[in-house]
This record gives sequence, C-alpha cells and structure tokens, in this order.
Amino acid sequence: MASENLIEIRKVTFGYGRKPVLKDIEMKIPRGKVVSIMGISGSGKTTILRLVGGVLRAQRGEVIVDGKNIDELDRDGIYRLRRRMGMLFQFGALFTDLSVFDNVAFQLREHTDLPETMIRDLVYMKLHAVGLRGAHRLMPSELSGGMARRVALARAVALDPALIMYDEPFTGLDPISLGVIGNLIRKLNEALGATSIVVTHDVQETLGLVDYVYYLSEGVIVAEGTPDEMRENAEPLVRQFVYGEADGPVAFQYPAVEYGKDLRLH
Amino acid sequence: MFGRTTISVRGIGHHTVDAVWRLGYASRFLGLTLGHSGACLRRFRLVIREIYYAGVLSLIIILVSGLFVGMVLGFQGYHTLQTYGSESALGILVALSLVRELGPVISALLFASRAGSAMTAEIGLMKATEQLSAMEMMAVDPIARVIAPRFWAGVISMPLLAAMFSAMGVFGGYLVGVVLIGVDEGSFWSQMQAAVDVREDVLNGIIKSFVFGIAVTWIALFEGYDAPPTAEGVSGATTRTVVTSSLVILGLDFLLTAFMFRGV
Repeated sequence: MASENLIEIRKVTFGYGRKPVLKDIEMKIPRGKVVSIMGISGSGKTTILRLVGGVLRAQRGEVIVDGKNIDELDRDGIYRLRRRMGMLFQFGALFTDLSVFDNVAFQLREHTDLPETMIRDLVYMKLHAVGLRGAHRLMPSELSGGMARRVALARAVALDPALIMYDEPFTGLDPISLGVIGNLIRKLNEALGATSIVVTHDVQETLGLVDYVYYLSEGVIVAEGTPDEMRENAEPLVRQFVYGEADGPVAFQYPAVEYGKDLRLH
Repeated sequence: MFGRTTISVRGIGHHTVDAVWRLGYASRFLGLTLGHSGACLRRFRLVIREIYYAGVLSLIIILVSGLFVGMVLGFQGYHTLQTYGSESALGILVALSLVRELGPVISALLFASRAGSAMTAEIGLMKATEQLSAMEMMAVDPIARVIAPRFWAGVISMPLLAAMFSAMGVFGGYLVGVVLIGVDEGSFWSQMQAAVDVREDVLNGIIKSFVFGIAVTWIALFEGYDAPPTAEGVSGATTRTVVTSSLVILGLDFLLTAFMFRGV
C-alpha cells in the first residue's frame, strides 16, 4: 500500500561548498495536498525542490519520493521518476525557439509514441485549462509574463504528473495574473489528483490557497502549520514575514559600522 | 622580491591547472555529445533544422566573401604571374589557393564568427533562462536534445560551406582574370583542370574543413554550455568562442598542412 506521504524529507543536510544551506530538515508532503515552503530569499527553499527533483543529492539524510530514496536511484531511475513530476520555473523557462503549442507538446513527443492527432487534442485540452488555447500559435517572445507562466503550467502538467512543483510562481505578476495562477494551482491539483509544492514568498496569495505551510529561515524550519496557524503564529520572525513588517528579526539595515561614524559626527 | 616570484609562479600554476581542468571538462563534454549522437541521428529532422540555422543562414556571408576573395586573388595572381609571363596559369593559382587553403580556412573563420557565436549565445541564454534545467526536470537530456543535433549540423555544414566558398572564389577569379583583364578563357579552365588533383587537393581541403567543423562547433557548444548564466557570462563566452576558434583553426591548419604535404 502506498504511503500517506508522497514525499518525506528526513534529517536532510545540504550545503554549497562550505556554506550550509539546509540543516537537519524534516518535512512531510501528504498525497493530494498543496504544501507551501516559505521563507526569505536565500533561505534554502529552491534547494529543497532541487533535492526532491534529484538535481542535487543530500549530504546527509534521506529524500523519499513516492517510496523511493532519491539518493539510491541511478540516472535512469531519476529520469523515470521525473516523468511523474512537473515543475513550473520562476519565469516559466519556456523554450524560446518553440511555439506555445510545441512547448506544451514537448514532453508528449519526447516520452510517448502518441500519434500527432492525439498530441494535438491533449495540447489543446491543457491550453484550454489555462485559458490560452487561442494563443497556441504564438511564440514565447509574444507572451506577457502572466501568459508565459500559464503556458509553462500547461507544459508542466502535460503528462498528468503525480507531483507538481512551483518555484516562485507569483514573482513579477500583476494582481490579475497572480489571482489566475493561484486559482490554477489549486484547481489543477484537484483535477489531476496530484500533490503540489509551492515555493514562494508571496504570503497573502499563498496562505489563501495552500493546505499546509513550512516556514524556512537560514536552512532551518522555524515554523509550520495550516495557513490559519501561520497567521496567528507569535514567532517574531514569522510575524514579520506574514505581515510584511519592514524591520524586525530580519533587519532593515545591512550590517554596517555605527551611523555616526560614517557621518563623522564624533 | 622572493614573495613576488612565489605569487607569479603560483599564478602560472593556478592558470595551468585551470586550463587542464577545463580541457578535461571540454573533452568529457565532447565524449557525452558523441555518446548521445546515435539517438540524435535517428531523429535526423532535429539535425536538419539546425543545419538550416548554422549552414543555410551562413550562405550569404560565405558566398559574398568567397566571391571577393576570388576576385582579389584574380588581381593579385595576374599581377604576379604577368611578371614571369605566366598569366595563363592564373586558373591554377586561384583554384589551388582556394581549394587547399583559403576555402577551408576563411569559411571556417566566417563560420565561427557567424554560426559559432550564435550557437554559444543561444545555448548560454538557454542556460541563463533555465531552459536547460527545465529540460532536465522533464527527464530529457539537454546534451542529446540540444547539443548533439547542433554538433552534427556544424560538422555537416562546414565542408559544404567551404566547397561553396571555393566554387564562388573560382568564379570571382574568372570574372576578374578572364572577363575583366582578358586572360584566355580556355587556358584558364584547362590548366586548372589539369593541375588540380582530386585526392591531393580537393579531398585534403574537404578533410581540413571537416576537422575545422568539429573544432569550431565543439568550442562554440562547450562555451555556451559552460557560460556563467548572466548577461556578462554569455557575452564573455561568445567572445571566447570567436577568439579560441580562430586560433584553433589557424593552428590546426598548420598541422594539417604539414601532415598532408609532408611527402611533396
């Protein structure tokens, strides 16, 4: 019987060179849920996605995806697992030499032997789901930021993945596009029966759509809970982040010598 | 004084180790590209698409340059040969210069600056905009899907471009020598036909351009793949492609010429 959790991250430590990024992280992502990993820039959020996708290997601990330990898989095993994952990159990462249609069809052509007529129908269905069926002929350079993100989302779910990962999906979007993407994340997760991880620092939009939140700071989980629990969390670091306060545990000023000394007042 | 010497020696050592490491990395990259070539050649439409971008779109610069180089050879050759009363040998001079040397070398230099730099910039930007990472996450190997088709497109295009450069150059030499100056048309073509040997001259020229094609495309693709994912990184990689390719073409040309004509 399949485990209740699609992903389990057990005591994972990881660093780039001598710089530690994640320290003894413990995380569980239940099947069918939308889970967010929040934190300020450089807190290690994207590194977790890279560990789950098998792009990076944990230096200590285990990353279990669908019952398989990522560190024990060879390249073919990782590629087999990735075919069941979809990932939306921060700015879409659409292939600039391919049209919208060909971007969405890319995985279907690479990984299946489906006839072109069926690929056409599937691509139109995915594009219709994100509201861009009419834009199938356009090139990525002709799309707005929000449209590019929606096309990338259609591409990410082309093979009906079991896990969808979103890396900063709301960055640089206008309020309308932001709402559209937020809705799509929730709806696609339910329609596909998938599990989603949303890495973001867009607090208000995210708390309205996810089931559970992990808050990461300097490579450590400092808080976790449902969106309501996060809103009521008394931890100063979490409060500053959730309510967007300019100063607090994360200082406004970059470390510097005393102000008076720089102004030669003494 | 001793300290400064130590720093200089350390600097040289550091650069040497760095260069050797990079050469090893580039060789591994070439090995992976060749290893993935089977899959890419089975989907030959990917290679054909890249031949269009690397080869067909380079045709204008190759043909125009070939024509001008041939015309200059016509003038220079006639001026020199006239001194010895051998202007009828103009066809030989133009054809041998182009087929043996100028065709492969100049077309490779033009290919490096037109198609090589474009390949580097394209791959570098694909890396900077996470397109290669996206491909990896879709379980598609970027070496097999992006690099190998471009590599074979470059290797196939280069000899064809060199041949067209030489043909255009011969036509340029004919225009100047026969049409403009008035060298006898019969002796221009017949002496050329008698003196140019298919194996010694034409085949060696083809081999040269094939080797240049491998070198230029390898350098261009590696520089793009290895470029830091920033605007500055991509621009630096593009510059390195043109500079390194040009030096490698000239160096290889010397070695190949020495090897091919060692018994002559």
